[in-house]
Amino acid sequence: MNSIVLLIILALYLGILFFIAHWAEKKGNSKWTNNPYIYSLSLAVYCTAWTYYGSIGVAANSGLNYLPIYLGPIIIIPAWMIILKKIIRISRVNKVSSIADFISLRYGNSRFLGAVVTIVCLFGILPYIALQLKSIAETFHVVTQTESSSNIFDDSTTYVAFALAIFASIYGTRYVDASEKRKGIVTAVALESVLKLVFFIIIGVYVTFFVFDGFDDIYAKASLLEHFQQKNTIGGLPQAINWFFLCILSLFAIFLLPRQFQVSVIENTRENHVNTAVWLFPLYLLLFNIFVYPIAWGGNILFDGQSVNSDTYSLLIPQFFDNKTLTVMVFLGGFSAAISMIVVSSIGLSTMVSNNLIIPYGLLGRLKHNEQSTINKKIVNIRKIGIFSLIIISYFLYRYFALDYSLFSIGLVAFVIIAQLAPSFFGALFWRRGSRTGAVSGLIVGFVICLYTLLVPYALGITSSDTSFITEGLFGIKLLKPLQLFGLDYLQPVPHALFWSLLFNFMIYIAVSVSFKGNYRERNYAEMFLDINKYITMHENAFVWKGTAYRTDIEKVLIKFLGEERTKRAMNIFNLKYNVDKNEELADARLIKFSENLLTGHIGTASAKILISSVVKEEKITLPEVLKILEESKENIIINKKLIETSNELKEISAKLQDANVSLMEKDKQKDEFLDTVTHELRTPITAIRASSEILYDDDEIPEELRKQFLQNIISESDRLNRLIDKILDLEKFETGRQKVNFATHKVLETIENAIEPLQQLINNKYIHVHVEGNGNLKADFDEDRIVQVVTNLVSNAIKFCPENNGLITLAVYDKHDFVQVEVSDNGKGIAPNDFETIFDKFYQSTNQNFKKPIGSGLGLAICKQIIEHHKGKIWATNNATGGACLSFTIPKKQQP
Amino acid sequence: MKKILIVDDEPNIVMSLEYTFKKNNFEVFIARDGQEALDILKNQFPDIIILDIMMPLVDGFETLEQIKKNEQLNHCKVIFLSAKNKESDIEKGMALGADAYLTKPFSIKKVVEQVNDLLE
Repeated sequence: MNSIVLLIILALYLGILFFIAHWAEKKGNSKWTNNPYIYSLSLAVYCTAWTYYGSIGVAANSGLNYLPIYLGPIIIIPAWMIILKKIIRISRVNKVSSIADFISLRYGNSRFLGAVVTIVCLFGILPYIALQLKSIAETFHVVTQTESSSNIFDDSTTYVAFALAIFASIYGTRYVDASEKRKGIVTAVALESVLKLVFFIIIGVYVTFFVFDGFDDIYAKASLLEHFQQKNTIGGLPQAINWFFLCILSLFAIFLLPRQFQVSVIENTRENHVNTAVWLFPLYLLLFNIFVYPIAWGGNILFDGQSVNSDTYSLLIPQFFDNKTLTVMVFLGGFSAAISMIVVSSIGLSTMVSNNLIIPYGLLGRLKHNEQSTINKKIVNIRKIGIFSLIIISYFLYRYFALDYSLFSIGLVAFVIIAQLAPSFFGALFWRRGSRTGAVSGLIVGFVICLYTLLVPYALGITSSDTSFITEGLFGIKLLKPLQLFGLDYLQPVPHALFWSLLFNFMIYIAVSVSFKGNYRERNYAEMFLDINKYITMHENAFVWKGTAYRTDIEKVLIKFLGEERTKRAMNIFNLKYNVDKNEELADARLIKFSENLLTGHIGTASAKILISSVVKEEKITLPEVLKILEESKENIIINKKLIETSNELKEISAKLQDANVSLMEKDKQKDEFLDTVTHELRTPITAIRASSEILYDDDEIPEELRKQFLQNIISESDRLNRLIDKILDLEKFETGRQKVNFATHKVLETIENAIEPLQQLINNKYIHVHVEGNGNLKADFDEDRIVQVVTNLVSNAIKFCPENNGLITLAVYDKHDFVQVEVSDNGKGIAPNDFETIFDKFYQSTNQNFKKPIGSGLGLAICKQIIEHHKGKIWATNNATGGACLSFTIPKKQQP
Repeated sequence: MKKILIVDDEPNIVMSLEYTFKKNNFEVFIARDGQEALDILKNQFPDIIILDIMMPLVDGFETLEQIKKNEQLNHCKVIFLSAKNKESDIEKGMALGADAYLTKPFSIKKVVEQVNDLLE
């Protein structure tokens, strides 16, 4: 295929990716870009061109050896639920922007450690990026059937590398704050993950079912090839140990590779996306591996005896059958795998280089004198240039060093170097005692061993210079042979290097940490990392700091880097979160930590600490003091939680109290009114008695008839007084619940008749007709004396309200299932609807009474209501069809004991 | 002969007052509530009115307000005679323009004295 055509296809493809990234960036919060599937698929950046092409190469040459690279992650992925979530939490609250930040923060925010981690990552990842570029370049030449040109400016792959470098540097540095999410890149990477898988499966199906006749056919033909048996056995115990170490290696890689840290931690938008990744990502790896073997051995069968690069079988096979579409498709899949790795890695690396190397070592001092906008521009530019140069450097690395190595071997070297971060990284998560000195020395020693046992031999191999160093050992000492260090001769170079480097790394990390205690700051961060769940909401509380600092000084620094507005907003958030007065002059530990966090995303943890410490005066604290303060702060957090709970409870209680108070006040008012009325009602008969008695006492000439009348007045008013007192006491008994009700079963109609009997005289006097109707056998449980009292009261009222002539009172008893309903209605002028409820109030006397005040006390209906309610019934008033009043009550037939 | 209007809804109290004032040479008019009193006052212009407060329909306070509106009753003295003995009620009564406020139970002699005082 013509180079130009392929370049155009590539340009189109890159254009689409640009577009997708751009679109996703705009739609930053839509569910299309913000879902667990995008997250899980973006993790598949793990599968690079190395997987895409290299696995086939390994499978073709040495059988099953490609598998451990996938087994390691699959073994550890279930533990993500705990470990990865913890890492995500720690990184989120501390605004961590790279693995270098993560590690250096844990060990006391150490600038030096951050720099070491960054350098280790550079050593590991640059060749790895070079490997991706190599795969693009080589496959480009395979597809176009051209030779790689020795002049890099004639080689079209150079321009591809440039295009990539530009793409990555534009899209990787959208924000100054490196801990911000890059939705565009992540979505593009997820899309590429889908494409590379789909294209790989297509070629797999093509090879298995179209070129050959299924899996059986491939196996049958492959088993006839030379070395088939030997290539497809595990190979005894030494080989099993190799396997074991390779699994360990990839297990570490899935956590430690800067690009994995980038997509799984930094770009994580929601913790529970991990739940989906836990099953989807292993499934993805599984699908990717189904056709590795058929393609590899299919290639071996087709190209048996020819010297072709087995890494490129997936391209050579369709090309062999002259299937151009498929060839380009496979190429695009590999291209996707390569560029997603390149882009994500270079973003991660450049953040580390800027935040952990360039800014803290040098640039920080100069930045301080710039304006905020200039600072931001400078930081972004550093990262842009960083990404660009990383890719370009990698390209040259590929051109001058990595040409001769297979994809697989370069990938593994990168893994081993990155694995050096394991002790300090996992120590950060699980071990309180791990110290900065331990981490630094372990890391450096491990890295040096890597150099000695892996990088140097490989470099020597590349330049094919004198190899006596490898065969004889350093200074001719056999024990120091780099590939058989200390006589360990049955491991392959990679597991061998991994074993020795990690062994020393771990041991030194532990030994130094145990022997030399870290300072208080390290211990402080250790607590924060290990107990992240305790500190998640108020994590600034967990930061121990003593000294003097002024808020204005800190704010000045923040304004420099964040601008006036953001600083103001952040301070408001802080004040609200910790309930701090905004006029407070002194800054406390929480504000220091809060401010460091604000700066961290821009300039990294180490620089943030340096900046803040430059404006505050810190006092040294001893380790025991830190532990004590932490203990207290833990308690404080618990107490704080309790306080908030208690305060909420108190709020509730106080609301209830207020309600109670209102109702009490209402009751109080009612009671006042009641007392007023009672005294008035009591004073009235007393007044009459006193006036009559006074006349009788003073006036001897009073006529006999009048004298008797006055005496009669005294008698009747005394009776009235007594009745009133009785009723008040009655009512009071009901209201306080001291009134006993004696239930027994009675015929309702009989009780009604008993009630009317004593009123008969009164009824006759007013010529009222009383009509009683209902089933005479209807029974209910009630206190007869009380119900008689109710009926008497209602009938007395009816008598009072009946017209002078033709008065009619109707008493009716109805059967209402579980209840008996009694109605007393008259043909008077009825009750104003407004008064239907108020007439049952104490001392209510209708404002409509247009006649002489009735004999009533104003308590009758209130007492009736109490009695009926004590029977669990209801009493209410309406007007009947003729306009007269109708008072009804119900009582249940059966009283619940 | 001086004219007195007694307004109260308690017949037994009215009876005592009526007897006493008749004996003291008053012409006595009786009303059982505010409305009845106002009806009487359309034709009669007593020298003094004894007014209860808590009565059905139109209470004593409202009755006094109506009385004050009637210019023909300008000369007429008004005494509240009520079981309401709270400071606030007394103040309210006096503010409405009553000439005296006596509380129940009362001494008839005191009432007569008060009436005579006011009429001098």
